[in-house]
Amino acid sequence: MILDPIHWAALGVMGPLLAGLVAMEGRPRAIRLGLLAGIGSSVAATAGLWVAVSLDGPLRHPLGGWGIPLGIELYADGLSVLMLAMTALVGTAVSLYSTAYFGDISQRSVRDSPAGRGARFFAPLWLFLWGSLNGIYLSGDIFNLYVLLEIMGLSAAAMVTLAVTSQATVAGMRYLVISLVGSMFFLLGVALLYIVGGSLSMERLATLDLAGPLPAIALGLMTLGMAAKTALFPIHGWLPPAHAAAPAPGSAILSALVVKGSFYIIVRLWVHVFGGGAREGLLVLGILGGIAVIWGSIMALRQLSLKRLIAYSTVAQLGYLFIMFPLLFPAGGGWSPDAWSGGLYHALSHAVAKAAMFLAAGSMTYAVARDDIRAISGVAHRLPMTFFAFGLGGLSLAGIPPSGGFVAKWLLLRSAVEQGGWGWAVLITVGGLLTLAYVLMVLRYAVDQTEEPEAFREVPRRMEWAAMSLALIALLLGVRAAEPLSLLEAGGIVPWR
Amino acid sequence: MTPVLDWEFLPLLVVLSSFVPGVWIMFLREEQEALRSSLNLIGAVAKVVLVGLMLRGVGAGAVYEWRLQVLPGLELSLIGDALALLFVTLSAVLWLVTTVYAIGYLKDSPNRTRFFSFFSLCVTATTGLAMAGDLFTFVIFYEALTWATYPLVVHRGTPEAIQAGRLYLIYTLTAGAALVLGAVWFQVEAGTVAFAPGGVLEMAAVEEAPVRFFSLFLVLLAGVAVKASFFPVHGWLPIAMVAPAPVSALLHAVAVVKAGAFGVVRLLHSLFGIEVAWEMGAAGLVAGLAAFTIIYGSIRALVQDDLKRLLAFSTVSQLSYIALGVAFLTPMAQTGGLVHLVHQGIMKITLFFCAGVLSETLQVKKVSQMAGVARRMPLTMLAFTVAALGMIGIPPIAGFLSKWYLGVGALDAGAVWVIPVLLASSLLNAAYFLPVIRTAYFDDPDPEGWDDKGRSRWFEADWRLVVPTVVTALLALASGLFGGIPWSPLGWAELIVDRSIL
Repeated sequence: MILDPIHWAALGVMGPLLAGLVAMEGRPRAIRLGLLAGIGSSVAATAGLWVAVSLDGPLRHPLGGWGIPLGIELYADGLSVLMLAMTALVGTAVSLYSTAYFGDISQRSVRDSPAGRGARFFAPLWLFLWGSLNGIYLSGDIFNLYVLLEIMGLSAAAMVTLAVTSQATVAGMRYLVISLVGSMFFLLGVALLYIVGGSLSMERLATLDLAGPLPAIALGLMTLGMAAKTALFPIHGWLPPAHAAAPAPGSAILSALVVKGSFYIIVRLWVHVFGGGAREGLLVLGILGGIAVIWGSIMALRQLSLKRLIAYSTVAQLGYLFIMFPLLFPAGGGWSPDAWSGGLYHALSHAVAKAAMFLAAGSMTYAVARDDIRAISGVAHRLPMTFFAFGLGGLSLAGIPPSGGFVAKWLLLRSAVEQGGWGWAVLITVGGLLTLAYVLMVLRYAVDQTEEPEAFREVPRRMEWAAMSLALIALLLGVRAAEPLSLLEAGGIVPWR
Repeated sequence: MTPVLDWEFLPLLVVLSSFVPGVWIMFLREEQEALRSSLNLIGAVAKVVLVGLMLRGVGAGAVYEWRLQVLPGLELSLIGDALALLFVTLSAVLWLVTTVYAIGYLKDSPNRTRFFSFFSLCVTATTGLAMAGDLFTFVIFYEALTWATYPLVVHRGTPEAIQAGRLYLIYTLTAGAALVLGAVWFQVEAGTVAFAPGGVLEMAAVEEAPVRFFSLFLVLLAGVAVKASFFPVHGWLPIAMVAPAPVSALLHAVAVVKAGAFGVVRLLHSLFGIEVAWEMGAAGLVAGLAAFTIIYGSIRALVQDDLKRLLAFSTVSQLSYIALGVAFLTPMAQTGGLVHLVHQGIMKITLFFCAGVLSETLQVKKVSQMAGVARRMPLTMLAFTVAALGMIGIPPIAGFLSKWYLGVGALDAGAVWVIPVLLASSLLNAAYFLPVIRTAYFDDPDPEGWDDKGRSRWFEADWRLVVPTVVTALLALASGLFGGIPWSPLGWAELIVDRSIL
């Protein structure tokens, strides 16, 4: 091979970051060029690493001469590639959507409108975010994780404020504070682990005996910080206002991708570095996740703002990801591959479905110029494709077949039933029904034809298609699950220990 | 042997023959009526032809299998064997007839694009679940059926329709969730979700943990019982009558309720195995529940004035014959149950077609408005009479054969209590159908109460309404008359039991 596989990893991180610099120039052409470069480098990096990891297993590469024992390195295994692929898939659709959503910003009137002012900064922020997410998935050490988390947190918080309303500013500031505090906790944990283990490399830490109070405190601090960034109940309050305030493509990115970044770190820590940690800790994560499923769904049912409803749905769906933890390590010892595949497949299909829903919701609110589910009556008629995209995304979220969500639910349920975890099984089932309840609530307003909206703006076709493509992919994930899931086994069956 | 025998993808083609038109129609504009109707009819005819090919192959001993792996251990599998074809043929033929009927029924009404699109998807899901080779595939199509029929139930968009749709979803989605949970549980217990003749559970394993397996059975039964409209989860069915007549016809005769009944067949025979199911008391439970539902539905039907509601409660009752029959161990009873899947379908669709003709042409919706209606609508009422007599069980119409086989089979099995149930049910059927027929033929007509749309050139109403009605009535008669030949529904049901692929 001409290219060393590790060059793909470098491309995946540096490509979007450099593209972001290009897009900062601000003219429409630069923005388009930046987005194209971001898409191109991410897709190429994902494809290259997919092939390399499938063929040769995990890749490692020391950075800047700080290899073992300090252990600053790039690392890619099947899990990394799955997360990269998820980001590339959703990122591509969102990038295309954004070029239409913000209008033609070469026109002065558009540029000076409130939405247009944000438009200039959306692309660079998103590209920085993209690079940092890819970096998180490709880091082999906890220090790099910290650095990239900061880039991610700053650009994500800035994205919330793009709408330049006072609400958005408040939500963005809150998000920023949570994010910074979260990273601080993480950094404390990094320092503690370094004191204990003398290394920053996750793989190396995994080989050490991490018993005793210090590592436990480190794990607790890092988990707390990351749980805050992933909006795990009860630290979820910041998420709905923040995700709802961002412009629609931003909401899609935040809900589908950004929260997965910090979730991924929790997975790496608990599963890989600590090899399951303590059973009590896993149970706490699972129970909080269970409460999040119920609480987030109930709150979603009570929202009148469409975007807030979807944001609360994110809180609920992230809960499922945490239910995975106690199921991964059954009480009697061992390891549940079903929980592993199911949980991560849920992360993937949630990203695709949730992005489809936020983009579709963006098209609806774009058309009626209001973010209120009572205002979208007749949307099903005027924007059938957007309506279907929203519906299909919602059904995938609820685990209705055929969809990625269904496959994920099947696997998680199977893991729960196998272990006799009936509480989890019932929770997963009930959560699905609650999801249906709020999705159907939106659909019911959308099909209502009794009140025709007074003003109705044409929605660019590209926006409709971007959402629809993601919804169809969510559907396809339910028909062809073997390939993405085999990736999880290729290269480094977990856990490392 | 013909080359057709090797076409493994025939089952897939059968599913696609309605899926492709369904999706295509979704993208059409409302006024593209000719294209829409052509797509529908081409799809429906293609499906009948494809099913015909499969019938020929399966008759000669072939089995068609098409598989697509979703995950290691989980696959989409469509299997065209004799049992699947019993249901598939029913839906393919009745879909064709109903398509013609629906085109006539809905002429000039709004939202036909949506209607015909979901109409096709509904049949897609039905044929898919009929041919599902394992529980995983079954669940997928079973859930898809819910979503494909919902827009049809609420088609009129009135508050009652929305309310009915809401109830329908609450019932079916909850049941669907139970079915998914049960399916996963079954996979964990049995190690497989594949359907197999005689079931996949070992008697010994079940005897070790009877309570666990009985709970598993209950969860799965809850999943299929709602669509099969067993008492006490039948409540959605009469209320879903707000849908347009072709939908009611399809819902009651072919799609939704049959999916439930077929699910009961699969549950008892292909998953647990009927012998294991008897041993653990599950089949006895189904038989008892079915017998109760038979009587209960008939009694409720007695007091209905609304014709469609009367027919709905009649469905609740008649459908349970299928479950009752297949719950027994004797071949005769099983044959009776299976063949009723077809017989009930043909007869009930005729009755709903008649109700639709009356309401569409004369605005007659209640039994009390039907006085003398046979004079204005002789063909329609003749069809109605044939189907209703068949339901009661009068020879030589199809329903008689079902009841005969059921009764004899139950006696063989030593279940004497079934005979009074069958007799009582027949009496009750007579008690609610005969007055309708009497008033239609012998009471003085009151044309003032009708809002007559007039005759068509050749028939008493639009030909697209009358011809399908007459055709299905003739089918009901023919299935009864020619029950002795191999290609009749009865002959085919016997073949299924003989080949022991149940």
